Amino acid sequence: MALDRWIALIFVMLCCVYGYAAFMTMDELLPPFMQRNPVWPSTFPKVLAVMGALVGLVVLLGLEKADGKEAPGPSDMHLSRLGEYKLGQALLLLGLMVLYALALRPTGFLLATMVFLVGGSAILGERKFHVMIPVAAAATGFIWYLVQEVLGIFLRPFPFFMG
Amino acid sequence: MLEGILIGLQAAFSIQNLLMVIAGCLIGTFIGMLPGLGPMSIIAIMIPVAIGIGDPAAALILLAGVYYGAIFGGSTSSILLNAPGVAGTVATSFDGYPMARKGQAGKALTIAAVASFAGGTIGAILLMIFAPALSSVALLFHSAEYFALMVVGLSAIAAFAGTGQVAKALMMTILGLMLATVGEGALFNMPRFTMGLMDLQSGISFITLAMAMFALPEALFLVLNPLRGSSGGSGGKIENLRFSREEGRAMVPVIGRQSVQGFFIGVLPGAGATIASFLGYAVERNIAKGDEQAEFGKGSVKGLAAPETANNAACTGSFVPLLTLGIPGSGTTAILLGALIALNVTPGPRLMVDTPEIFWAVIISMFIGNLVLLILNLPLIPYIAKILAIPRNYLIPFILFFTLMGAYIGQNNATELLILVGLGVLATILRFADYPLAPLLIGFILGTMLENNFARSMQLYRGLDFIWERPMTLGLLVLAAILVLLPSYRVYRARKRAEGVADGD
Repeated sequence: MALDRWIALIFVMLCCVYGYAAFMTMDELLPPFMQRNPVWPSTFPKVLAVMGALVGLVVLLGLEKADGKEAPGPSDMHLSRLGEYKLGQALLLLGLMVLYALALRPTGFLLATMVFLVGGSAILGERKFHVMIPVAAAATGFIWYLVQEVLGIFLRPFPFFMG
Repeated sequence: MLEGILIGLQAAFSIQNLLMVIAGCLIGTFIGMLPGLGPMSIIAIMIPVAIGIGDPAAALILLAGVYYGAIFGGSTSSILLNAPGVAGTVATSFDGYPMARKGQAGKALTIAAVASFAGGTIGAILLMIFAPALSSVALLFHSAEYFALMVVGLSAIAAFAGTGQVAKALMMTILGLMLATVGEGALFNMPRFTMGLMDLQSGISFITLAMAMFALPEALFLVLNPLRGSSGGSGGKIENLRFSREEGRAMVPVIGRQSVQGFFIGVLPGAGATIASFLGYAVERNIAKGDEQAEFGKGSVKGLAAPETANNAACTGSFVPLLTLGIPGSGTTAILLGALIALNVTPGPRLMVDTPEIFWAVIISMFIGNLVLLILNLPLIPYIAKILAIPRNYLIPFILFFTLMGAYIGQNNATELLILVGLGVLATILRFADYPLAPLLIGFILGTMLENNFARSMQLYRGLDFIWERPMTLGLLVLAAILVLLPSYRVYRARKRAEGVADGD
C-alpha cells in the first residue's frame, strides 16, 4: 500500500477518535442551560468527523484515480529515492531544533542561537569555523538588538544564573 | 468627488506624508520578507510609532504603507524561498517558486511587482468610486451568507489546489478545520480537544502552523536533496528582469479580472487577501486553456500574476468597510481601527463628512504607495535576490532559525517550538505522499470564522432553516457542492470515454 493511502488510513482513524470525543464525551460536560441551544460546542466537530471519515475512505479505497503520474525530475522529491537522500543530516538538524527549543530559556538567547547557527552549519558540512563563528555571532547580536530594542519583545540574552 | 481628490492631493503631497509613504513601504517590505512576520505583527509593532506622530492622516498613511510593503515583501519570500510569511501570499508561491527554481527569479519578482502595482492602483480607483456605494452591499450579507461564502471558498481551494485529486485536498481542508477546533472557541468558552494540556488551551498559532507547513518542509528538502537547492541555478546573477511581450499580453486580462474580483472579495468582511488570492488563482486556472492550464503550478505567468493582483486589490478593498462603516474586515484593518481610535478619529460614515482630508489623503497615498513599491522594488530586485547566492551551509541554519524565531516571537513560548518541529515533520511526510498543504492552512485560518458564523446562523434560525430561508445561502452552498463534484465527474467521464475508445467498439 502506498504512503498516501497509509496516511488516509491514519486520518480515518484520527476522525474516529475525534468523532468519538465529539459524539460521546464532550456533551457530558455541557451545562443544562446550554443544552437548549440549537448549536452545541460539539456540533461542528461532529460534522467534521463524519465528513472527514467519508473523504478519508474515498482516498483510502482509491475511488478517485489520479490522472497520469509524471516521472519525477532530479530535483523533485520522491519517496522511492529516500535512500539517496541525506536523511542523517535532516534528523540531526531536527534534533538540534528540539534542543534549541528546550535550551532557549535556560541558556539565554545569545548562547543558544550561536550554538544553533554554528552547530547547524557544522552538521551540513561547513568546516570554515573562522568564518562561520563571526558570522553567527554578528547575526545573533544584530537579531537580538532588533527584536529586543526595536521591536520591544523581551528575549533573555544571558543564561539564567546571570540574570 | 473632485473636491475630495483635491483635498487629498494637497494633504498627501506634503513633505511629511510623502516621507511617511516611503518609510512605511520600505519598513514593510524588509520586515515582511522575513518569513513569519506578517503585516499584522508589523503594524501592531508600528502602532506606538504612528501614535507618536500625532497627525491621524500621517499615521494612517504610514500604517497603510507598511501594510502594502509587508504584502509585497511576503510575496518576495514566497517566490525566492517558498516560505510565505503571510497567508495572503501562499498562492503566490504556487507558481512564483517553481519559476524561481527554473532560474527565472528575476522575472518572477518583476511580474509580482507589476501585478501588485496594477492590483493596488486599480483597487484604489475602485475604492474611490465605490466606497460609499459598496458599504450597502457588504451590509446585505448575514452570518448565514458568510458561512456559505466560506464554504464556497474552501471548496474552490480544495477543488483547484489538488493536482487532480480533489479528495486528498478535501481531506487536508478538513484536517485544517479540525486543527482549528483545538483550544477554546470564542462562542462557547469551553476547551475542546486539548487533551488536558494547558499549552493547547489557546489553540495552535497560525504562524506556527504556516511555518511548519511551508518553511520547514522546504528547508528539510533542501537538506535531504542538495540538488534541489543548486537547481535554483540563478544564484546572484539575476539578469533577466524583463518579461517578454507575449507574457505581458497574457497578463493584462488576468490583471484586469483579478483586480476587480480581488477588490470586491476584499470588501466583504472576513474574506480579505487570502481568499482573494486563492480564489483568483483558482478562477484563472479554471478558465485557462489546455496548455496554459497544464502550466499552472510549474511557473505559469498567469498563475503568478493572478494571486499577486488579487491580494493587493483585496488589501485596498478591505479599507472600504473600515473607512465607510468603521467595521474592520480583517485582522490587519482591526489593528488599524485600534490605531485610529487611539488618535481620536472614529472611522464610520461620518468620517467623510467630518474629516474628509483623512479619508482622501489615505486614498491618494495609496496611489503614491503603489508607485513607491514599484520604483523602489524593481531596482532593488537584484539585491533582494542575492539571498539565493548565500552558500547552502549558511542559508539553511538561518532559514531554520527564522522559522523558529517567527513561531517564538508570536507566542513567547518555548513549547510552541516543539509543536512547530512536530508539525513540520508531519508536513514533510504529507509532502512526500503528494498531499497539498495549502488547503490545510486555509481550512485552519477559516475554521474559527466558519464555525462562529455557522453557530450564529443556527442560533438565529433555531436550527438549519437558514439554508432554506435565505436563497443566497442556498445558492452559495449549491455552488460549493458543484465545485467539489464537477472535477471528479469530469475525470470520471474522461476515463469512461477513454475506456470506450480502448475497447474499440
